[in-house]
Amino acid sequence: MWDYTDKVMDHFKNPRNVGTIPNADGTGQVGSLVCGDALRLTIKVDKQTDVIEDAKFETFGCASAIASSSILTEMVKGKTIADASKITNQDIANALGSLPAEKMHCSVMGMEALEAAVQSYRQGGKPVVFEQEQEKIVCKCFNVSEEAIIKAIRTNHLTTVEDVTHFTKAGGACGQCKGEIQKILDKVNGANQQPQAVAKTYEQMTLVEKIKAIEKVLEEDVRPKLNLDGGSVELVDLNGTTVQVRLTGMCSGCAGAQGTLKNFIEKVLQDRLSKNLTVEQA
Amino acid sequence: MGKVIYLDNNATTQCAPQVVEAMLPYFTEKYGNPSSIHTFGGENRHVIDHARHTVADFIHAQYDDEIIFTSCASESDNTAIFSAVRANRNKKHIITSAVEHPAVMEPFRYLQTQGYRVDYIGVDELGRFNMDQFKAVLDEDTALVSIMWANSETGTIFPIEEIAKLTHEKGALFHTDAVQAVGKISVDVQAAGVDMLSLSAHKFHGPKGIGVLYVKRGTRFLPYLMGGHQEKQRRAGTENVPYIVGLAKAAELAKKRLADGTMEKVARLRDQLEQGLLRNIPDVKVNGDPAHRVPNTTNLSFGYIEGESILMYLNDFGVCASSGSACTSGSLEPSHVLRAMKVPFQFAHGSIRFSLSDQTTQEDIEVVLKELPAIVKRLREISPFSRMA
Repeated sequence: MWDYTDKVMDHFKNPRNVGTIPNADGTGQVGSLVCGDALRLTIKVDKQTDVIEDAKFETFGCASAIASSSILTEMVKGKTIADASKITNQDIANALGSLPAEKMHCSVMGMEALEAAVQSYRQGGKPVVFEQEQEKIVCKCFNVSEEAIIKAIRTNHLTTVEDVTHFTKAGGACGQCKGEIQKILDKVNGANQQPQAVAKTYEQMTLVEKIKAIEKVLEEDVRPKLNLDGGSVELVDLNGTTVQVRLTGMCSGCAGAQGTLKNFIEKVLQDRLSKNLTVEQA
Repeated sequence: MGKVIYLDNNATTQCAPQVVEAMLPYFTEKYGNPSSIHTFGGENRHVIDHARHTVADFIHAQYDDEIIFTSCASESDNTAIFSAVRANRNKKHIITSAVEHPAVMEPFRYLQTQGYRVDYIGVDELGRFNMDQFKAVLDEDTALVSIMWANSETGTIFPIEEIAKLTHEKGALFHTDAVQAVGKISVDVQAAGVDMLSLSAHKFHGPKGIGVLYVKRGTRFLPYLMGGHQEKQRRAGTENVPYIVGLAKAAELAKKRLADGTMEKVARLRDQLEQGLLRNIPDVKVNGDPAHRVPNTTNLSFGYIEGESILMYLNDFGVCASSGSACTSGSLEPSHVLRAMKVPFQFAHGSIRFSLSDQTTQEDIEVVLKELPAIVKRLREISPFSRMA
């Protein structure tokens, strides 16, 4: 169950300006049946004043998609093309009270349809399908470009990959592009941050860094496997290149403990950090 | 909220009044711990034994001690899967289907990250199990095959007996998530030849928070929850006496319904609903295999519109159903079951599942038949794709 505002429910149940304007001065389309939501926006514009006299929509989608489209038509009416172009997805969401985070992409769809309709008007009225720049598509499942992601990050001050998915849908299906989205986030948000320290080799690390690095390997690569057998491992001490550990749970007192130490834990630490490391039972 | 027309019984069911009544004394006066040495607690040991027998009888288990009480079917699924791979360490291949519940799917994905070879058997456009693919991937290295008995979204029933037989021919263990089958169709663990089976009480008018893992005697088993002698050391934790009693009562009532023609009545109402909607609304498609389907479920796709919008309009009439559409779950893709069936996109986003129960009435069905055509018409008027139809 979504917590929709009364305003969302009102615009969903009583959508304003449904339909298509015949001989529209601008037609913008976004989305498709594959994506699960789509919007066609048509506008009538007074050519003398550039004021939008009428706007109508048709939407395929959920309650928030229909509500976002409906309120958008109300927002643009009476505005000049220049003013209407300034409407952001956040303006649409604000006009509805709010939208659940997972549904913010519905407001983005409204903004994109408007962008396409304005472009269509400026080009003489031929319908324009909102298109992402093909060469820079980041999310192939939902066809989202780097530019669209950067815009969503800047407009809405997004900080996590999950945020980007909620606003643009990018990364919401197979998830393969999540790494790339993180890089874009780092690029956009990280402009003012300190550059990352160059990775040191294990031998160059301070004692504290070495211990942290060993603990990280144990946590990520060792414990998950031991946990499968109901066991685990604790880091006890570090003497030079000798890592002292204690096996716990089902692993403590296990007949295969020595094998686990040498053939598994030691090997993983050598592969990940340094060939010189040895592992001993504390 | 006005009258509720509850057609979402695959999500959960109402706890039967007889079940609640049977449970109540075990919250209040009979609160003893079954493990206690004193008579007051010890009597509850017999109560559990009796419940265990009722459940064994319900699914035709040969021995009562093949029934392990758990907290839910998700726990049963996880227990079965991890037990099977830990008890067969020399084998590194496991098989499931592409349309399982997440409680099976996620453990398989996890084991995949731990180096197991995993095959996800596909389905055809009717949601039928791809037996050829299964036969091709099954081999001597297979430790476990876990295939659901009936699908929660479409109700499609898989040929469990045949799958179990093939599994055993290669020396692997067979587990089935039978959550959507138990209580709806006759489930016979011996005839089907399953080694492990998961079920959940709240899908057949029992309480939430109690499930069963059936483990056939002789099956190598390692517990998931450790730290107690309960359930013969196979599942630690003080027995949930009231819920075990409730589960047994629900099983007893379900057994009666399966024998007295109640489920046939449910099927007739389901068919009436399905046929009526197909007749009165254009561009509707049934998802699933009508020839092999549990009696209470129909999954229909309404072309060119989106499921959440349909559900929210139905909600105004008190009608509770569910959808495989992306928007209802907050995920961005339609359900994995419909995608595995390759349901065309113009239909995948507009799927609605109606799941009935013995409590569903003729009047309930008539409300849906009366209101839904207008809802679909209204949403199609808003949709830019309707004219494609």
